Amino acid sequence: MKKTNHRTKVMILTILMAGIVIFFYAFGSLIPGDAAEGNFLYAGQPPSWGHPFGTDALGRDLFIRTFKGMAISMTVGLTASALSAVIALFVGIAAAAGSKWIDAIVNWLIDLVMSIPHTVLVILISFAMGRGLKGLLIGITATHWCSLARLIRGEVLQLRSRQYVAISHKLGKSTGWILMHHLLPHLVPQFLVGLILMFPPAILHEASVSFLGFGLPPEQPAIGIILSESMRYLSAGMWWPAVLPGLVLVLLVLLIDQLGEQLKIILDPYSAQE
Amino acid sequence: MRRTLGRLVRIFLLYGIRMLTLLAAVSILSFVLINASPIDPVQQYILGLGTAVSPEQRAEIEAYWGVNEPPLERCLGWLSGLLQGNLGESALFRRPVADIIRERFLNSLALMLCAWLSAGIIGFVLGCVMGMNQDKWADKLLKKVCYLLSSVPTFWLGLVLLLVFSVGLKWFPIGFSSPIGVRGQDVTLWQKLHHLILPAFTLSLMSFANIALHTRQKLIDVLHSEYILFARARGERNLTILRRHGLRNILLPALTLQFTSFAELFGGSVMAENVFSYPGLGSAVSAAGLGGDVPLLLGITLFSALFVCTGNMIANLLYGIIDPRIREAEK
Repeated sequence: MKKTNHRTKVMILTILMAGIVIFFYAFGSLIPGDAAEGNFLYAGQPPSWGHPFGTDALGRDLFIRTFKGMAISMTVGLTASALSAVIALFVGIAAAAGSKWIDAIVNWLIDLVMSIPHTVLVILISFAMGRGLKGLLIGITATHWCSLARLIRGEVLQLRSRQYVAISHKLGKSTGWILMHHLLPHLVPQFLVGLILMFPPAILHEASVSFLGFGLPPEQPAIGIILSESMRYLSAGMWWPAVLPGLVLVLLVLLIDQLGEQLKIILDPYSAQE
Repeated sequence: MRRTLGRLVRIFLLYGIRMLTLLAAVSILSFVLINASPIDPVQQYILGLGTAVSPEQRAEIEAYWGVNEPPLERCLGWLSGLLQGNLGESALFRRPVADIIRERFLNSLALMLCAWLSAGIIGFVLGCVMGMNQDKWADKLLKKVCYLLSSVPTFWLGLVLLLVFSVGLKWFPIGFSSPIGVRGQDVTLWQKLHHLILPAFTLSLMSFANIALHTRQKLIDVLHSEYILFARARGERNLTILRRHGLRNILLPALTLQFTSFAELFGGSVMAENVFSYPGLGSAVSAAGLGGDVPLLLGITLFSALFVCTGNMIANLLYGIIDPRIREAEK
């Protein structure tokens, strides 16, 4: 039997992890809205076989609420990180390929966004949008594009000074042709990995901001909201609403982070031969 | 020496101007954002009063606050007040914003300073340990811990620590910076420290992974250089190599990273302060946002930007003072 090489192993691992993440998401989204209805008879029960994560103070099943909330958080995180990755791609290319003053403006803009702590900026934007989902999305999108834009700008600057780009110019190819054939093929892997690696911080920020009360409305079972509700019952010794949903969040973030790292190995041409 | 001083003044002026443009932009941007908000600060203020307000009284409040003036005029009014050091009055606390920021910042500073110092020192030492033992078990284990910690949200870690140490073991109080029912001036230093330890511990756990991983990478880069090979050939031991060649090369980037991480530090303290109900700037900013307290929200945003910019400025100046390569290049 042929021995599976490193690349195949990484590939299988990646597909497996992607499968788990998608399963998580599908499972959470398919739960109907009324499945987590409260029943005061079962309020504040510790984890058991019937309720794997226990129930909260209103008698709602925390296992269902957590996975439902996870799906909502993932939707928000995915949308926000996809939007900010696209912004980063355009801004990065514009900065590196455009004129000097566009570059200066972009750099100044990045400095501006980076000079306000993310949490404060998201609070401010959420306030400006009247709280709720829209403010949360715009806030997270607006704060996450900076580092990827910088990375893409650096990459384009480096590519532009390569000899094959100069030869292409001399051969009379247009800027658009060079962009399509010489720059984009290098940028797409960067973009994809950047997109996936932007996802964990976006989800963590979403949870943090919802926890503070600026994100999703309190009826939504988002992770941040479950955890902020659990604060009130901590001193009563109810540990499960705080610990278990957070643990699921951490596991998911770790999984997606690993997925990004594996994808980097697959897409990076320098490690392709290992 | 005079050259160094001249260069520092130049860096200072250069970044000073950049910082001023950024702060001006932050103040205008935050004003525009708040102005766009559908949340009515007057309504929030009235809700906060808890009593019924007649339309005449409401009109009076609106006139007092200048709500009906055009936005540009209000913005200019706020900016001119700002230049005179007047940040307005907080609707939530009924006190000048500048006073609240001063008082709360001292609390936050104690928290952030503890976390910043311990995270920096622990992170740097662990980074060195990982770098010196690359790919051995110590390195692998610590690297896993670092990756794990950077995937954990600050507030959840705070909650778990609160559960274990305050609720379970009862070693620490559940919140606030001083015991309830004790007057401000009667609080002893020990009591303050007692309330500070857990939030500071949470915050430093969140920030040391970054510096440790960074230091590790830098040290590995240095250890793969030819001068290290030569040093080994001369028979230098690991610790001597670290002391003579490693530390000199990795200390400056680590220090710079520490100073440029003020934004994450502040963001983390917002979360930690909210979990532990610690009365610092972080809990004030979320209270201001939830309570519709516009002057306080604007004031703290601007202050946090100033805080972050100061960190970046210090990092830039440090490079100018410490790095011998930049010093030599001047000659």
